[in-house]
Amino acid sequence: MLWLWDNLDLVLRLTADHVRLSIIPIVVGFIVCIPFGWLANRYTVARTILLTLGGVLFSIPSLALFVTLPALLGTRILDEANVVVALSIYAIAVMVRGAADAFSSVSRDVISSSTAVGFSAVSRFWTVEFPLAGPVLLASLRVVSVSTVSLLSVGSLIGVQSLGYLFINGYQRDFPEEILIGIVFTVIVAVLFDTILVLVGRLLMPWTRATPRRRSVTSAAAPVTA
Amino acid sequence: MIEFHSVTKRFPDGTLAVEDFSLVLPSRKTTVFVGSSGCGKTTLLRMINRMIDPSSGSIEIDGVDIASGSAVALRRSIGYVMQNSGLLPHRRVIDNIATVPLLKGVKKADAHTQAMELLDTVGLDRALAYRYPSQLSGGQQQRVGVARGLAVNPNILLMDEPFGAVDPIVRDDLQQELLRLQHDLDKTVVFVTHDIDEAFLLGDQVVILEKGAQIAQVGTPKEILANPASDFVASFIGADRGKRRLAVDSTVARSGDDVVLVDGAGYVAGVIEAPGGVLPGSGVGVGTNSRARSVSNKTDQAGDA
Repeated sequence: MLWLWDNLDLVLRLTADHVRLSIIPIVVGFIVCIPFGWLANRYTVARTILLTLGGVLFSIPSLALFVTLPALLGTRILDEANVVVALSIYAIAVMVRGAADAFSSVSRDVISSSTAVGFSAVSRFWTVEFPLAGPVLLASLRVVSVSTVSLLSVGSLIGVQSLGYLFINGYQRDFPEEILIGIVFTVIVAVLFDTILVLVGRLLMPWTRATPRRRSVTSAAAPVTA
Repeated sequence: MIEFHSVTKRFPDGTLAVEDFSLVLPSRKTTVFVGSSGCGKTTLLRMINRMIDPSSGSIEIDGVDIASGSAVALRRSIGYVMQNSGLLPHRRVIDNIATVPLLKGVKKADAHTQAMELLDTVGLDRALAYRYPSQLSGGQQQRVGVARGLAVNPNILLMDEPFGAVDPIVRDDLQQELLRLQHDLDKTVVFVTHDIDEAFLLGDQVVILEKGAQIAQVGTPKEILANPASDFVASFIGADRGKRRLAVDSTVARSGDDVVLVDGAGYVAGVIEAPGGVLPGSGVGVGTNSRARSVSNKTDQAGDA
């Protein structure tokens, strides 16, 4: 633990980098997947193409992608952009299936009755389909968030600063404590992101926690019997 | 007044759901489309608010072709109630009722005040306003569905098997409530059901449909019961099985002031008051139409359950 106190500045700086670099792919994955998911749910052809593409992209090894992107994007080999773009691609690849499932999870009855009472296609999407797809979207976003935070460490191999540096440095110096601290802080970041997502979800989707009445009756009755 | 002029609907898969259908639905009356599954009754209903567009023919509301304006505006002017309520699960009851007024740009406070009043209208406690639909019973959800249908004060209310998914006792309640509402509000109601008893109970004009939305008979319940136009109608309303023709069962020992009524097949249909062993009115003339009908309604619904 002494090592941590002596190097707190370094660890905190790496943690901040880690947070900063993983937020972008998560946000990009979420935003890009909304239209993709909608398309995939709407058209069978789009679904086949997008989901296959997602599967293929996700199967590319991350290190290979990190080192190929500079050639494709015209970036320098050490640019953060390489890692951010690569992780965004993974985020989209993982998220597109979840987004398609999210939109197909919305009840056809609700969509049809919304049309029947006079929602236009656009207002129906934003006020009915999108919020009702929310719980399933959130579930895949949580997977994306965790996988992005963990994949980002690999970026350290090509010199992009993140908590992954502690793994490489610790390994090179044969110093397990540094590796352990890298793991602990990566987990802290992942858990922090996940908690934020869950809390935001509760805030934005209060109906998902609306318990059936009989459950609240039993919980109200419990103290009386106890 | 809603008029169908030679309306035909062929779906892309080739199914002919409605063939050359013409009918006038009078204003401020309840017209019930009744028929078996797949007879095209729901297609007819959904053509009125352009959820489905006819392949040929036209539909007019008060003399104006509905295809002439925007479909969204038309739908906002017509109340719509469906089976399983179709409420938005992520909106509280009050926001569900206020949905269409809010879409039309009514101020939120005004829309909510009106939604509260509508809760009273459909017989729901105002305390339910801030619940989510999943926290209500099936019957309560249907009432909210009706309140939402009434929220823009439409002249026309379309009801697509609205009471099909609730249990017989609640359905009975909701039917009575609708009769009361219709008495107070005077809407042009178009109601779709496969339950002939529901059709006879609620309809001023009952339209019995065969496959392809061919009209088997149209008339008041009394006209149809008294003179079924065809064997199909007779069979559909149960007249051929003697289900509608009730008689006093003399084999059962009478206790108290009620006697047992049996239908043509000998099944017990209900009881009728007979103080001192004498039937009210003309002795054996069991059941004026309405009386006999209400008696048989009960047993039919119990049978459905």
